[in-house]
Amino acid sequence: MSWEVVIGLEVHVQLATQSKIFSGSATTFGAEPNTQAALIDLGMPGVLPVLNADAVTKAIKFGLGIDAEITPRSVFARKNYFYPDLPKGYQISQFELPIVGKGHVDITLEDGSTKRIGVTRAHLEEDAGKSLHEDFQGMTGIDLNRAGTPLLEIVSEPDMRSAKEAVAYAKAIHSLIRYLNISDGNMSQGSMRCDCNVSLRQKGETEFGTRREIKNVNSFRFVEKAINAEIEWQMDELESGRKIQQATVLYDPVKDKTFAMRSKEEANDYRYFPDPDLLPLEVTEQMMNRVRADLPELPGQKIERFMTELELSEYDARVLAADRVLADYFETVVSVSGAKPKLCANWVSVELLGALNKNDQEIDASPVSAAQLGGLLKRIADNTISGKIAKQIFEELWNNGGTADDIIESKGLKQETDTGAIEAIVDQVIADSPDQVAQFLAADDNKRKKLIGYFVGQTMKASKGKANPQMVNQILAKKLV
Amino acid sequence: MHSQTLKALSDALAAGDVSSQELTQHFLDRIKQHDPAVNSFITVTEEQALAQAKAADQRRAAGNAAPLTGVPIAHKDIFCTQGIKTSCASKMLDNFIAPYNATVVEKMADAGMVTLGKTNMDEFAMGSSNETSYYGPVKNPWQTEHVPGGSSGGSAAAVAARLTPAATGTDTGGSIRQPASLCGITGLKPTYGRVSRWGMIAFASSLDQGGPMTQTAEDAALLMNAMAGFDPKDSTSTDIEVPDYTASLTQPLDGLRIGLPRQFFEQGLDADVGKVVQEAIAQYEKLGATLVDIELPNTHLSIPAYYVVAPAEASSNLSRFDGVRFGYRCKDPADLEDLYKRSRGEGFGEEVKRRIMIGTYALSAGYYDAYYLKAQKVRRLIKNDFDEAFNNVDVIMGPTAPNAGFKLGEKAADPVSMYLSDIYTISVNMAGLPGISIPAGMSNGLPVGLQIIGNYFDESRLLNVAHRYQQETGWHAQLPAAFA
Repeated sequence: MSWEVVIGLEVHVQLATQSKIFSGSATTFGAEPNTQAALIDLGMPGVLPVLNADAVTKAIKFGLGIDAEITPRSVFARKNYFYPDLPKGYQISQFELPIVGKGHVDITLEDGSTKRIGVTRAHLEEDAGKSLHEDFQGMTGIDLNRAGTPLLEIVSEPDMRSAKEAVAYAKAIHSLIRYLNISDGNMSQGSMRCDCNVSLRQKGETEFGTRREIKNVNSFRFVEKAINAEIEWQMDELESGRKIQQATVLYDPVKDKTFAMRSKEEANDYRYFPDPDLLPLEVTEQMMNRVRADLPELPGQKIERFMTELELSEYDARVLAADRVLADYFETVVSVSGAKPKLCANWVSVELLGALNKNDQEIDASPVSAAQLGGLLKRIADNTISGKIAKQIFEELWNNGGTADDIIESKGLKQETDTGAIEAIVDQVIADSPDQVAQFLAADDNKRKKLIGYFVGQTMKASKGKANPQMVNQILAKKLV
Repeated sequence: MHSQTLKALSDALAAGDVSSQELTQHFLDRIKQHDPAVNSFITVTEEQALAQAKAADQRRAAGNAAPLTGVPIAHKDIFCTQGIKTSCASKMLDNFIAPYNATVVEKMADAGMVTLGKTNMDEFAMGSSNETSYYGPVKNPWQTEHVPGGSSGGSAAAVAARLTPAATGTDTGGSIRQPASLCGITGLKPTYGRVSRWGMIAFASSLDQGGPMTQTAEDAALLMNAMAGFDPKDSTSTDIEVPDYTASLTQPLDGLRIGLPRQFFEQGLDADVGKVVQEAIAQYEKLGATLVDIELPNTHLSIPAYYVVAPAEASSNLSRFDGVRFGYRCKDPADLEDLYKRSRGEGFGEEVKRRIMIGTYALSAGYYDAYYLKAQKVRRLIKNDFDEAFNNVDVIMGPTAPNAGFKLGEKAADPVSMYLSDIYTISVNMAGLPGISIPAGMSNGLPVGLQIIGNYFDESRLLNVAHRYQQETGWHAQLPAAFA
């Protein structure tokens, strides 16, 4: 039987506001438990929520970024359920009238084509605290630092047809929120989390199959693996003639399997109703215009500009524009170095990203800053050093910091461009290699092209890599005739 | 000294006839002597009160006194008071020491008022007789086998027995006005949004409103001057300038148009109460007012709609009392579910549990549209009725409650008849309007209140209308003989 996979994603993004969505407490990650939880976050009797205007601005930014309708009058609702890390016994969220309505995100598929994924809605809500089950000998610890952190929950249409598409969508959202500077998108710290709704149906069928929801997936890799594991499981069930029951599941990366949560944990009637402590949220045209004026260049626009203004290939443009921090880094390198954008693109996407990957580091925390790399490429551009020496200096910058100019100076790496000096070295090399000279002189033109490499290598070695390779070639060609 | 109004005490303090410390000590002595008979206080903060009184006297000596500086007040135990037990008259919060002050408490303290203690109430403000308190019922100072009304029964009884010159109350469906009526005092429920709800433990957030409970309208005006105003900590408070409520108290009532809703004088109204109200209205005619018969056709829907909206909000508001972070926690919970079930089962009283269950039911999937949404629509109809009426009248008058005080235990077993005690007050909360109850006569030795309802943010006029009546009559100055 031939199955079609249908996937929809719910992405939770923590908005990078200074304070929580309904209180003045700080939102810094990793603070000592319960040090960022004040009266409101603790759900003390008598406290009231006050909406953080910056969270609203960031939500509107996102809405504009996906070309969505912004709801002029959205409503906060209470989602009622009991859990120890939910202090009030309800989560303030948006239900019937979310702030962001229908929009869309374009993703690039593996074959290079693009696909439009619908976004159903995005709504503001507060995050819950954390239950800590370790270290308390059979008891549960509660950390309410996270309680009240603003979240934007972005709900997609069931438009994705493979795990790869789902990952591409998640990456597009990730890229967008970083461009808009509304979240750091740090998945390992939970700033972005995905719930994946997966169902299968026979090819050609128009009705959706029964879906299961994989909760709280926290990396792109796991999004792909979890969805594929779920697809495999559902396919087995269906092929064995069993029906899929709607369920909430978790992904176990060790076993590479999804497993259903206890039904009790999901048998909630949330009893949504408008929160009487908060007035409806009015978004005026004026507010929208203010946010619109403040909107940065978005990924699509940036790719376009990189291709037309900087003459990068589409591939390079996409790699560099995929992340706002990376794109900014690249543009700083171009402007500091004055080198050709193509050279800068190669260095950023090959040398820098390669080193970051190898060391499992993010561009945000790159040991070599854009100014440092720009300073290095500047010296390639003005022929002070060769590309080979530059790699050596890059390693030095990565490990010990400093500036390219200081390293060139202190290690004497400046390229030798004095004809007399290079001639002297070449003469010495020729004098030291009578056999090779004889061989060279006896060879035909074709063989000579190969044999000259020996003399270039010896000359470079003797100059400690500093001789300008082009000049070495020219001088050798002249002297060996 | 204790029979004097807050205004008179304020003047005496200003004139140096009495010090705040003397005044405070006097009321503390009276509480000690008389409160056992009425049970109006849950907590008396003697030590703190005397310290505040001393500070108030110093402030006055330094020349920084405000009109209320040094005057004692008692707070309903629903307002959070920093470092002081704030129980909401529930076993659930019997161990709860509030870590912060309610805005109302803060504002009274900023004005220099002295907190005598925290008054008894119906548990979580759910009740009309003050019989649901974990700390035992409050008794009506006029006849102690009778109820004082509720839920602000402790505040009403304490003012009526002259154990405090004034008290704060809260009103969700009549909880300031009905006990004021039953105890023979003045109680003002301001417009929804006029007084901050920050620190006022929520019962039904869209209906709750704090306000003053005093001997006279003039006293209420003085308190409102300090109590009202926008609070950035309460998103539902309204940013409208606070007038000087004492400025227009004595304005003449010539040409005042008083609306008399037919629905407030129909079946269910006690004949004595009806007579008292008619006499009060006649008094207003003498003062130059004209009477207009009006219709509030959806009045009969206010109780059913209220008993959907209020419990629905309460069921959610009271979810935070789960035994996890504060308040009552059951002994040796076996697991999380046991912790929740027993902490809440043992910590809440019967009426609270009844309302949580009603509210949970009304919000449940499949019932939401039929109950909660429908009730909200009814609420809109009730508001429209009032809006329509205020096109033609300045104030609306009628009884505050259908009866004078009933006996303790009389209605305790019959919740619906208890709910009907608030038939004339509930619609005012549903619409968010201000209303005041003032003493207007007696029935079998028990006080009867007249309710005056005003348009939005028209508290000045309500206080003016009430004050003019109190200048002509003496009902507000009566006090029960046992507490003279």
